[in-house]
Amino acid sequence: MIEEPFARGTTFLHRRDARVKIIPAVIITLILALTSSFLVAGTGCVLTAILLSLSRPSPRLLLKRFCTVNIFTLFLWLTLPLTYGGDKVSPFLFLNMSLDGIRVATLISLKTNGILFCFLALLATSTVASLGHGLEKLGMPRKLSFLLLFSYRQLFVIHQEYLRLQRAARLRGFIPANSLHTYRTYSHLFGMTLVKSWNRAERVHQAMVLRGFNDTLIPLNQPQLCRKDYLFLLTILLISFLLAAIPFFR
Amino acid sequence: MHISEGVLTAPVLIGGAVLTAAGTTVGLKKLDYDRIMTVSMLSATFFVASLIHVPVGPGSVHLLLGGLLGLLLGWGAFPAIVVALLLQAIFFQYGGIVVLGINGLNIGGPAVLCGLFLSPLLGGSKKQLMTAGFLAGFCSMFLSALLMAGALFLSDQGFLHAAVILLSSHLPIMLIEGLITMFVVSFLARVQPEILSLTTRK
Repeated sequence: MIEEPFARGTTFLHRRDARVKIIPAVIITLILALTSSFLVAGTGCVLTAILLSLSRPSPRLLLKRFCTVNIFTLFLWLTLPLTYGGDKVSPFLFLNMSLDGIRVATLISLKTNGILFCFLALLATSTVASLGHGLEKLGMPRKLSFLLLFSYRQLFVIHQEYLRLQRAARLRGFIPANSLHTYRTYSHLFGMTLVKSWNRAERVHQAMVLRGFNDTLIPLNQPQLCRKDYLFLLTILLISFLLAAIPFFR
Repeated sequence: MHISEGVLTAPVLIGGAVLTAAGTTVGLKKLDYDRIMTVSMLSATFFVASLIHVPVGPGSVHLLLGGLLGLLLGWGAFPAIVVALLLQAIFFQYGGIVVLGINGLNIGGPAVLCGLFLSPLLGGSKKQLMTAGFLAGFCSMFLSALLMAGALFLSDQGFLHAAVILLSSHLPIMLIEGLITMFVVSFLARVQPEILSLTTRK
């Protein structure tokens, strides 16, 4: 099921306005994504982990997300030490591993996980709705924020429709296998989902026009930035600045 | 498989972001408010497609269907794909903010290309329709994998072997994408043909 488990909560991070979380999230992600220094990546990873712990995420969920993201890192760990050029070491008798490959894989793991923690701490603690409105206030094109908010709204409905069709197929004895029949069945299930969502879009559009939709969406709660928001933004920007400046101090 | 954050270097990330921003802008320009609901719905459906796992050999892969979206929406597929990727990033942490640009380009670019070249075939005979469907699914997946391997290689030449492994492991997925897109298109042609004429209808 699709849900936003990290957005539930009442911690300090959850209560901040989406805007003051989006800005530092982008900056920290940029710093970590672009650095090639172990110190910056390592410190960033630790700092973002501390930030994340402030939002008190559920450990089980956290582990799940950690694993999904690290599938790609694992792929790099499996390929890079064996294929990357440079100096070789042989920790095992028969295996020649590239030192540079291990170095690159470590750096990437640190960066990837730092960014993941930052994302979970700052963005996942807001709902998509408030992120969408926040992004629009920060200058995202209005049509794009429409797309985001509408897709988000309809996502759950469409997923339910698909699950219902799938359930119906299973009740009729459909068992997925490696066959053309399976692929055709899945295609028809998905095609039917498309047809249903197409018709739903028409209905929703008509309903909106009937209710006087004039190309603007008005959010129900319009949060004002408070002093705590500004303080939070300042502190976190200062820390990120220091993080980015680490290589220049040495 | 998405490229996660922290793997690619600055020039590749910036290049991807600029091209994706350009594609999205063109896509949004061609999109009026009357069609925005339809595109949002398709964007959400595209997101749902990525949750559908079909069996391949002993394992399973999830669908992408970028080619299908390109066929249906043309340039409009670009913003739709960017939005779906952003939602994926928020919900599942697949990809992220900084790689959104390059991921958007990897999936959106081929989708739009396939749409532009193949959607004229949709109005033709059943055979042409099926061919367009298969090619859209196959080629968009092939180009996406190629772009992804290219992005890895451009970031670091040492990624060459990893990129080659990645590309070849996507071969079965390309076939599946082609087959499924073909079946979906022929299904739509029978059940609700006006979906297929979305790009030509004004």
